[in-house]
Amino acid sequence: MPLELRARAAAVHLVLIAYSALAVGPILLVAMNSFKARNAIFGSPLAPPNASTFSLIGYQKVFRASHILTYFSNSMIVTLVSMALVLLFGAMAAWALTEYRFRGSTPLALFLSIGIMVPIRLGSVAILSMMRNAGLNDTLTALILVYVAQGLPMSIFILSEFIQQIPKDLRDAARCDGVPETRIFFEVIAPLLRPAIATVAVFTIVPIWNDLWFPLILTSSDSTHTITLGVQQFLGQYITDWNSVLAALSMAILPVVAIYVIFSRQLIAGLTSGAVK
Amino acid sequence: MAESVSQVVAQMPRGRFAGLLFLFLGPAVAIYSLFSIYPLIATMGLATYTSDNTGALHYVGLANFQTLLGDALWSKPFWNAFSNNMIFFAVHMLVQNPIGIALAGLLSLPGLRFKGFYRTVIFLPTMLSVVIVGFSWNLILSPLWGVAEGALKSVGLGSLFAPWLGLESTALITLALISVWQFVGIPLMLIYAALLNIPDELIDAARVDGLGHFRIFLHVKLPLILPTIGLISVLTFVGNFNAFDLVYSVKGALAGPNFASDILGTFFYRTFFGNQLQLGNPTMGAAVATVMFFIILVGVCVYLFIAQRRMRRYTF
Repeated sequence: MPLELRARAAAVHLVLIAYSALAVGPILLVAMNSFKARNAIFGSPLAPPNASTFSLIGYQKVFRASHILTYFSNSMIVTLVSMALVLLFGAMAAWALTEYRFRGSTPLALFLSIGIMVPIRLGSVAILSMMRNAGLNDTLTALILVYVAQGLPMSIFILSEFIQQIPKDLRDAARCDGVPETRIFFEVIAPLLRPAIATVAVFTIVPIWNDLWFPLILTSSDSTHTITLGVQQFLGQYITDWNSVLAALSMAILPVVAIYVIFSRQLIAGLTSGAVK
Repeated sequence: MAESVSQVVAQMPRGRFAGLLFLFLGPAVAIYSLFSIYPLIATMGLATYTSDNTGALHYVGLANFQTLLGDALWSKPFWNAFSNNMIFFAVHMLVQNPIGIALAGLLSLPGLRFKGFYRTVIFLPTMLSVVIVGFSWNLILSPLWGVAEGALKSVGLGSLFAPWLGLESTALITLALISVWQFVGIPLMLIYAALLNIPDELIDAARVDGLGHFRIFLHVKLPLILPTIGLISVLTFVGNFNAFDLVYSVKGALAGPNFASDILGTFFYRTFFGNQLQLGNPTMGAAVATVMFFIILVGVCVYLFIAQRRMRRYTF
């Protein structure tokens, strides 16, 4: 029996290892080859770079030929500002919807949840003309406004579930002491929502960083491109220059992978905490 | 205790309570209504207009929809994109979700070691941009580089290799499988969370009755996670009928070869924004977006209907 159990465990690990290799293999392959000279990329694609094949020529070209640092900082600004606003406004709305009873709260909650199922992309035609009329075309502000509107429904849904799990005694005690409602939210409730940030990040923030559609529609100059659009256009232009293509791909992959590996424990805990059943 | 809370809030003067609601709900409702709901409605409105050479708008009722569905110049590419999108969705349902369920089943086995490592690694592609994933696979599958061909040869299947992304018969399926590879993490995590929520007593009872792991999964766990599978199906549907990035970054706006990988997202983009072959047409673009909206609405309604009727949520 123990032998059979061990064989079964080995089989399970074999399947999981095989799938894990399939999941990271392509990413490793791209990252690894981005540090190699052109001959080695084609000659021995599966070999890691060594002293004779190591080359940073792809990276040098990317820095020289594209505004990669501008794209990167644009993406940082758009993602961080959107994230702050999605979390702040989302938590405030979630608090009001779960804590206070008022007429129209159920229809309002339903109204806010439309955006979970209906993609905001379908409104792009009107969004573009609105932004043009408001003079916001080709600005990061336009992207931020759209992304906040896109992220709010899901973040309200997730944060409401978290707020419901906070013990009622906490706010009751504060209320008995006569603490005003705004301070109860900002000083008692908001700090307790920190574990929810990971879940909200997976469902609303990562899609913002990775989005191609709205930068494509709403931004037209290099100074407002995000990293996803910038890399996409660079790749289209330099498709035959394998060093540059692999380097640009790696530069887009590595920061995300680094952040993901650092926070993966919290991210996965947030995903599987039952907040999204 | 709960009574006393609502009393503190209920005894608040009406104006102050309204002010409080306004403060908390105002920003979210304002931004969401203005930049999400209003554009959706305005887009549907715009779909009933057409613009002339000067750019002035004229009301035409449902004429744009008649053109889209009735005029062969429009209806042929539309139905092509629609049926491609159905195939795209079918591949996700038949490949992504079963793999996700199977991996979640394995990961939730009691006493499995290195669980955290597997979860982290398998979820990694989901975090990456579709553009990056698309291009990376484009390189890997490229006959120029020969990595995929080499890998197949090493297991003796070299003759199976073809430039899959470039062939009319295989481009769409290959793109769908790339998308599956990237997003399998989502069903995996949702099913995994649902499996962890099943109480141990149920599993123990089944084990006492002599059921093995596989039969416990099939007969006890699977029926209990049906609501989650329903949710995943509708999320997949919405995501697929809204997909664009992958096809655009690998095959461009023309979704080649010969529109074989055209889906509704790329068709919408071409109609609205234009491309090498035609000028952008915002009003027809709005009509396409409206049709996409109704397709997604039908999918969500089917889900809600089945979820209400057939799926019981188990609470423990």
